[in-house]
Amino acid sequence: MTKSMLLVGVGGQGTILVSKILSEGLLEEGYDVKMAEIHGMAQRGGSVTTQIRFGEKVYSPTINKGEADVLVSFEKIEALRYIPMMKKGATLIVNEEEIWPLPVLSGIEEYPLGVMEEIKEKLEKVVSVNARAIAEELGEPRSANIVMLGLMVKALGIENIDWKSKIKKFLPEKVHEVNIKAFEKGISL
Amino acid sequence: MKKLMTGNEAIARGAYEAGCLVAAAYPGTPSTEILENVSTYKEIYSEWSTNEKVALEVAAGASIAGARSMAAMKHVGLNVAADPLFTIAYEGVNGGLVIITADEPGMHSSQNEQDNRLFAPHAKVALMEPSDAQECKDYMKRAFEISEEFDTPVLFKVTTRICHSKDAVELGEREEVGIKEYTKNPQKYIMVPAHAKIKHIEMEKERIPKLTEFSNTTDLNKIEWNDRKIGIITAGASYLHAKEVFGDTVSYLKVGFSWPLPDQKFKEFSEGVEKLYVIEENEPYMEQFIKALGIPCIGKEIFSVCGEISPQIIREAILGEKVDDGYILEIAPPTRPPALCAGCPHRGIFYAMSKHKNKIHVTSDIGCYTLGAMEPLNIGDTIICMGAGISAGIGFDKVNQMAGRNRKVFGVVGDSTFFHSGMTGLVDAVYNKSNMVTVILDNRITAMTGHQENPGTGKSISGVESPQIDLVGLVKAIGVKEENIRVIDPYDMDANKEAVKAAIEATEPFVIVTKQPCALIKDVQKKRANLYCQVNQEVCRKCKTCLKIGCPAISMKDGVVSMDIAMCNGCQVCLQVCPFHAIEAFGEEVK
Repeated sequence: MTKSMLLVGVGGQGTILVSKILSEGLLEEGYDVKMAEIHGMAQRGGSVTTQIRFGEKVYSPTINKGEADVLVSFEKIEALRYIPMMKKGATLIVNEEEIWPLPVLSGIEEYPLGVMEEIKEKLEKVVSVNARAIAEELGEPRSANIVMLGLMVKALGIENIDWKSKIKKFLPEKVHEVNIKAFEKGISL
Repeated sequence: MKKLMTGNEAIARGAYEAGCLVAAAYPGTPSTEILENVSTYKEIYSEWSTNEKVALEVAAGASIAGARSMAAMKHVGLNVAADPLFTIAYEGVNGGLVIITADEPGMHSSQNEQDNRLFAPHAKVALMEPSDAQECKDYMKRAFEISEEFDTPVLFKVTTRICHSKDAVELGEREEVGIKEYTKNPQKYIMVPAHAKIKHIEMEKERIPKLTEFSNTTDLNKIEWNDRKIGIITAGASYLHAKEVFGDTVSYLKVGFSWPLPDQKFKEFSEGVEKLYVIEENEPYMEQFIKALGIPCIGKEIFSVCGEISPQIIREAILGEKVDDGYILEIAPPTRPPALCAGCPHRGIFYAMSKHKNKIHVTSDIGCYTLGAMEPLNIGDTIICMGAGISAGIGFDKVNQMAGRNRKVFGVVGDSTFFHSGMTGLVDAVYNKSNMVTVILDNRITAMTGHQENPGTGKSISGVESPQIDLVGLVKAIGVKEENIRVIDPYDMDANKEAVKAAIEATEPFVIVTKQPCALIKDVQKKRANLYCQVNQEVCRKCKTCLKIGCPAISMKDGVVSMDIAMCNGCQVCLQVCPFHAIEAFGEEVK
């Protein structure tokens, strides 16, 4: 059975790196994997999405509306934006961080209140954490994405893969230790 | 060995394995990473060319001289390179020549969604369309062989989904094919009318019939017989989407070699199935050909010409299956458009220009400064294509004068765009006595596509030092008078204001060059890491002037203006626009 996972966030949050680590691990485990990224202007504060599909044989890299088995959102309102991509009964993993987009910053639009309450009321399976706060506690705010990776691995039930060596492969040595801790923290939540 | 690769990485790998020796490109999403990856193979000479026309000409010259060569560009880049394309098609090749066009159905990062397959019948060059990363690699090798066998350039069409999707690719070894002997051959390589007439006839009588025969027999155009009630003719990413929906329950004709199209195979396939669909993104390129053969088929009656195809679109169009409504939420998210970064050097000059909104028109261009056209800066009346920031300004200004509109035209381009095709516009402005203003935003990098070197950065694609083209010297050499040139630091608001004011008053071609590197360049980030601004809440009167510069580091939360000091790079534009001196600067540059 093919699984579809959608990762969304804001440029600079490290969603693409997490997608790369995840795809490599799944490939090594023997899955057929397709990963697609859309990052046109993401570095300039736009939203960034990556799609990972894995299973015995995967053809299309594209996830359609109502098809994602897991939605991983690195930011609160990005979760709102992409929830229509989820299958009914699918899992949402959300980082409760708020990153205000420019129209909100400059007062043209408003950042909505009560987002998490609304999400938790409508969806059955929601895992929410403040990955940024956890990462800050570990001493490296930028490892928030690896906390999220731990959560994803747990949600997908693929803890048996050697993720730590993958993390080491994709990150510079000086941040190995803190990111391994971040991963362990994520998987334990 | 299998490796996860994007289509772009696989194209580079295919070029490497095929023994390619010369590769040239101009950056453009979604094609940029092709050459970035090629440049990691030391066996291949790689270059960022000044523009796509130059890239294709470099590759064409290398091909004639005997090496397997390639040029890569985004779809609109092929418009720039169309001139050499149409004539190198007549001349043919010596070493194989492959031209990659990365199209963008869905326009994730482009100004149009033209379907570049249509270039193939127009220029009469062979066309190939891979579907995934493995095919990107395999087809590249085949493309060089086809190019040499049939003496034709090969147009190699991919799309965003293929360029930026990863799958497992089986790697092979590089095959050194060396450099072919070059023999002077004016009838082949000097396209004067007498030679071109012969070449054109040769193409029609010999090359195209041979290519058509190849198209009908090659395994690149492959029939997969399954149940024959439904037959699908498809190509590129659409093949993957169709397979996702139907698996092995319908029959397919997958077209990987798509000009000339395989007329005989189309007939054979159509005769073997009950109902025939053509699934292709954008234009009905195959469909029209098939219908012209008298074969009934269904295509754009049920599929849109606009946007990408997806499994869901196919499911709805052919099977009539609607997707269940997922979760419906009450709260709508605010939009998240891309924006100029905190510390972006374009912000200051744009803000200074925005102060004269009723006195100027702005013809803008393709690059990060495109983002200045959005609120709150709102700098931009037109965006067409690369270079038009200057040239369209010339025409706009002429008509403003005819209409008696008392408005100055400001053309805005970046450094890389100026080298790409802005220079010719400036020559035109000087030569034809336009009194428009040209603003060259020199941030020392090709920023929007993710930081590629260009002729002004002093480095080549491989990071090796290169002569740095003197941008201001060039402007002077073009004939802009010294007194009509302002070279300024765009973080200095007084300098911005003075330059814009002088430009509005000028009666001759006027050029403003802003000099400040992109805030995202690693060395710049390091140097400015400890710099930041902070709002003094006791002084702040909440007038919101600082919000009007559109900086993502400044926000007003619960009635308090605050600064994200981690994001702020201390450019101090906000500090200078604050009428109450409520913003203070902190920190020192890291030496």
